[in-house]
Amino acid sequence: MKKQKLVLIGNGMAGVRTLEELLKLAPDAYEITVFGSEPYGNYNRILLSPVLAGEMSVPEIMLNDLEWYKNNGITLHAGKQVTKVDRVRKLVTTDDGTQVNYDRLLIATGSTPFIPPIPGRDLPGVLGYRDIADTEAMINAAENYKHAVVIGAGLLGLEAANGLMLRGMNVTIIHLGDWIMERQLDKTAADMLQVSLEARGMKFLLSKNTEALQASPNGRVSSVRLKDGIEIPSDLVVVAAGIRPNYALAESAGLYCGSGRVRGIHVSDTLQTVTDPSIYAVGECVVHRGTAYGLVAPLFEQAKVCANHLARFGIAQYKGSVTSTKLKVTGIDVFSAGDFGSSEDTEDIVLFDRQGGRYKRIVLRQNRVVGAVLYGDTTDGSWLFQLLKDGQDISEIRDQLLFGSSFGSSHLGDAGHTGENRASTMPDTAEVCGCNGVCKGTIVKSIKENGLFTIDEVKKHTKAASSCGSCTGLVEQILASTIGGAYTPASKDSKPMCGCTDFSHKVIRQAITEQHLTTKEAVFEFLEWHTPNGCDKCRPAINYYLISSFPHEAKDDPQSRFINERAHANIQKDGTFSVVPRMWGGLTTPSELRAIADAAEKYDVPTVKVTGGQRIDLLGIRKENLPGIWADLNAAGMVSGHAYGKSIRTVKTCVGAEHCRFGTQHSMDTGIQLEKMLFDMYAPHKVKLAVSGCPRNCAESGIKDVGIIGVESGFELYIGGNGGIKTEVAQFLCKVTTNEEVKEYTGAFLQLYREEGWYLERTSHYLERVGMSYIKTHILEDSEGRKALYERLLDSLRDARDPWEAMRDAQPVKQFIPIAVEA
Amino acid sequence: MSNWKTICPLEDIPKLGSRVVRQLTGGDIAIFRTAENEVFALHDKCPHKGGPLSQGLVHGKRVTCPLHAWNIELESGEAIAPDQGHCGTFIAKVENGMVLLAL
Ligand code: SRM
Ligand SMILES: Cc1cc2nc3c(=O)[nH]c(=O)nc-3n(C[C@H](O)[C@H](O)[C@H](O)COP(=O)(O)OP(=O)(O)OC[C@H]3O[C@@H](n4cnc5c(N)ncnc54)[C@H](O)[C@@H]3O)c2cc1C
Ligand code: SF4
Ligand code: FES
Repeated sequence: MKKQKLVLIGNGMAGVRTLEELLKLAPDAYEITVFGSEPYGNYNRILLSPVLAGEMSVPEIMLNDLEWYKNNGITLHAGKQVTKVDRVRKLVTTDDGTQVNYDRLLIATGSTPFIPPIPGRDLPGVLGYRDIADTEAMINAAENYKHAVVIGAGLLGLEAANGLMLRGMNVTIIHLGDWIMERQLDKTAADMLQVSLEARGMKFLLSKNTEALQASPNGRVSSVRLKDGIEIPSDLVVVAAGIRPNYALAESAGLYCGSGRVRGIHVSDTLQTVTDPSIYAVGECVVHRGTAYGLVAPLFEQAKVCANHLARFGIAQYKGSVTSTKLKVTGIDVFSAGDFGSSEDTEDIVLFDRQGGRYKRIVLRQNRVVGAVLYGDTTDGSWLFQLLKDGQDISEIRDQLLFGSSFGSSHLGDAGHTGENRASTMPDTAEVCGCNGVCKGTIVKSIKENGLFTIDEVKKHTKAASSCGSCTGLVEQILASTIGGAYTPASKDSKPMCGCTDFSHKVIRQAITEQHLTTKEAVFEFLEWHTPNGCDKCRPAINYYLISSFPHEAKDDPQSRFINERAHANIQKDGTFSVVPRMWGGLTTPSELRAIADAAEKYDVPTVKVTGGQRIDLLGIRKENLPGIWADLNAAGMVSGHAYGKSIRTVKTCVGAEHCRFGTQHSMDTGIQLEKMLFDMYAPHKVKLAVSGCPRNCAESGIKDVGIIGVESGFELYIGGNGGIKTEVAQFLCKVTTNEEVKEYTGAFLQLYREEGWYLERTSHYLERVGMSYIKTHILEDSEGRKALYERLLDSLRDARDPWEAMRDAQPVKQFIPIAVEA
Repeated sequence: MSNWKTICPLEDIPKLGSRVVRQLTGGDIAIFRTAENEVFALHDKCPHKGGPLSQGLVHGKRVTCPLHAWNIELESGEAIAPDQGHCGTFIAKVENGMVLLAL
């Protein structure tokens, strides 16, 4: 079949990003031609500010050099402007007469600086700030002239002024509004920002209207005259009074570009132009649901959706974005996101320390973050933005919100030491990822050189945060501080599960239950997986979702399980395995100990260790010996401890009222009952319980997925604790009086987690995502619902068996035995 | 010419799974079976830190090492970027339902 022709007009950030996404999905679908009026490959426009400030150079900000186009078979016409699109003949024509036909056309012409109609605006020395040419003209002017005026104190204007000042110019900023960056900041933050910029030497004239730009005898601009008569000498005038979508070409081709205030190429949720289904448009030139965006994060979201449709997957939809901004002036931290105008239904939480240079304002509506302005310390910007995008109910963390992610339980990443804003102060040699030994410098370099924008890209290129994940938050901060406002954390609900799909855990779980999909093949087909049989990330997750959703119907697929769960033992660094027999509630008997000792001797076990989970670990066993040692242990009445699985691990107990002089409840008995009830239970991640006999809490119930503490009048239940990577104290759920209730409430909570948790999400993360009040509604307030959950748990565990015994019966243990060959 | 050894019936290797072939000398070999019933053989030693690739998860024509999740191309033995390394390969084929390995 002949390839279809795709033509891209506009070689900028949104257009080329769409091509990159398209090449990932369908590398051979099109013969691609790109037109760009700038004479370069594709570069990171955002970083023009550091270039102007002298912190980076033009070669450093290239995202795709000419080589990239060649390697991907793309024809690039750099330096040619498209002047005509003939929709009938499907033909584009450039200023130099080049003509190319298209089957599908993608328009990404960006925007143009808005230069108000003031006399003198065409004089030499007057420019907008948009591209490399503008930047070079500014650098040039700074070398030859002294005085600069910047009109407009928005993001772009301030970054331009800062750059010019660092290059030695005397800069005055004229602004129409009452305070600077009025669209991004409230007055308090803006005033603080103004004070610190003034301290660096910038001069501001607020609430001022420009009347005319005047020329010197040699014809170059020489001064700016304001309406109130003031005149400011100026050899360079940078107009940063806003941008306008660049839709002229599209409009001349008859595509609908709106009228009145919101002008731009009108597109639908599939990024198709509303006029012509074979023409797509992305980027700043576009109006989607009445909004034109001027920051890259939303444009990248558009790019992804657009690529999905160009690749004919036809499933993604773009529904609009919330945006956040960060000013890229080194040494000054300002952040804002969402909606921060006060209104009747919003409330503000404010921290204001003028002397200390810190301001933090969080705007809430109905217990959800709807806006935030941070000045001085923007560490928590990404965290707050995440809360905003996720629409998370913050009632429980309300008193911690101001103090940030490191103070409370919630934070950016999946785990770990997010802490203070260490990212910007860390030296390049500091180790960030302890698992893979990756330093800050390596990460920063990779972000810059490879043009990375997401945490997943950083993981892929550097391996940082790709193992235990405890440094995710820190890597996120490094990313944010390196690329500035271009960084937006993906909403947790919408992150794709892995590279094999565009869908999130949430969507996939939903599809499985709603469509009653019972095999991985059915899931792959229904959700149009990009790979034939998934990968090591999605296969285990899907296998878990299937067996937990349809316990007696879906068949477990051993090849989708990690080796530990296939071999029912934990693999060690040298390829041997460990064996941990279950000791119910941490109790054992002389005969069990004897059997363990015998087995250890018989199979030459090199190490016998007491674990942190109150049982005994036999380490260093060769795989072929596993069936034998387990046959012996089974014969002595012992079963698997599942010390290897995303499953019930241990129920730790203290001696309790059985022996202890302080004990109020029989913790050993309760613990054994719980462990027997939950035996063989698989879950999104491992599950650990503990039962203590009194509030002295010797079983450490406070850091368990479910922790139970006996008191005179019954039991206190705590949930969502974690003693691991990110230590998390369990939260109080309720108090109950009987053992039966302990089992029912515990079971119901764990079943809720089993049904709703995402694979590899511990209870602490699940709880953080859904919120305690959600759990309370389901477990405490809805007794019918609780009982039903409990029933479903017991039902799915009704034929729980020791895995070794089951395996011996069902299939030969052949897989454990190597095949011998001579030679 | 290489010497074809009969290893086992194809059924003895699970789809998307593997078996270990133990040589008297020269170390273990991992034989993999893909969803399309192709077979591939690699040294059972990950180029990273020697993890047993036979114990990994097979997907497409790749295996993910069980120890630190490097991905290795079954056909070439090459590690997938950003990791770098190479694992020795052997030639394997299926004939009349039997897996053969060239040693
Ligand atoms: C054997 C044991 C250490 C010991 O000698 O005491 C152990 C050993 C391992 N732990 Fe652990 N953990 C052991 C108790 C713990 C505890 C303490 C406890 O259970 O009371 C914790 C903290 C409590 C908790 O989980 O909240 C603990 C937190 C972890 C974590 C972090 C989990 C987290 O969500 O933060 C991991 C990593 C993971 O699971 O992804 C981990 C992973 C591991 C693995 C399985 C790593 C791996 O995947 O290979 C280790 C296997 C070593 C090996 O070569 O066999 N281990 N691990 C303990 C077995 C207990 C048992 O009887 O089952
Ligand atoms: C100095 C500066 C700093 C910025 N800082 C940030 C920031 O910190 N954070 C952030 O999120 N955003 C920032 N932005 C905005 C960001 O760069 C834009 O949102 C983004 O580049 C828009 O992408 P686009 O593809 O829509 O347009 P562009 O990147 O502008 O690409 C459009 C391209 O199309 C070409 N073109 C136009 N018409 C034609 C035609 N007829 N034929 C051929 N080619 C044509 C143009 O020459 C241009 O190269 C900044 C912008 C500037 C200028
Ligand atoms: S046993 Fe646990 S803490 Fe110790 S090295 Fe292994 S994973 Fe780390
Ligand atoms: S040994 Fe294979 S990934 Fe480390």
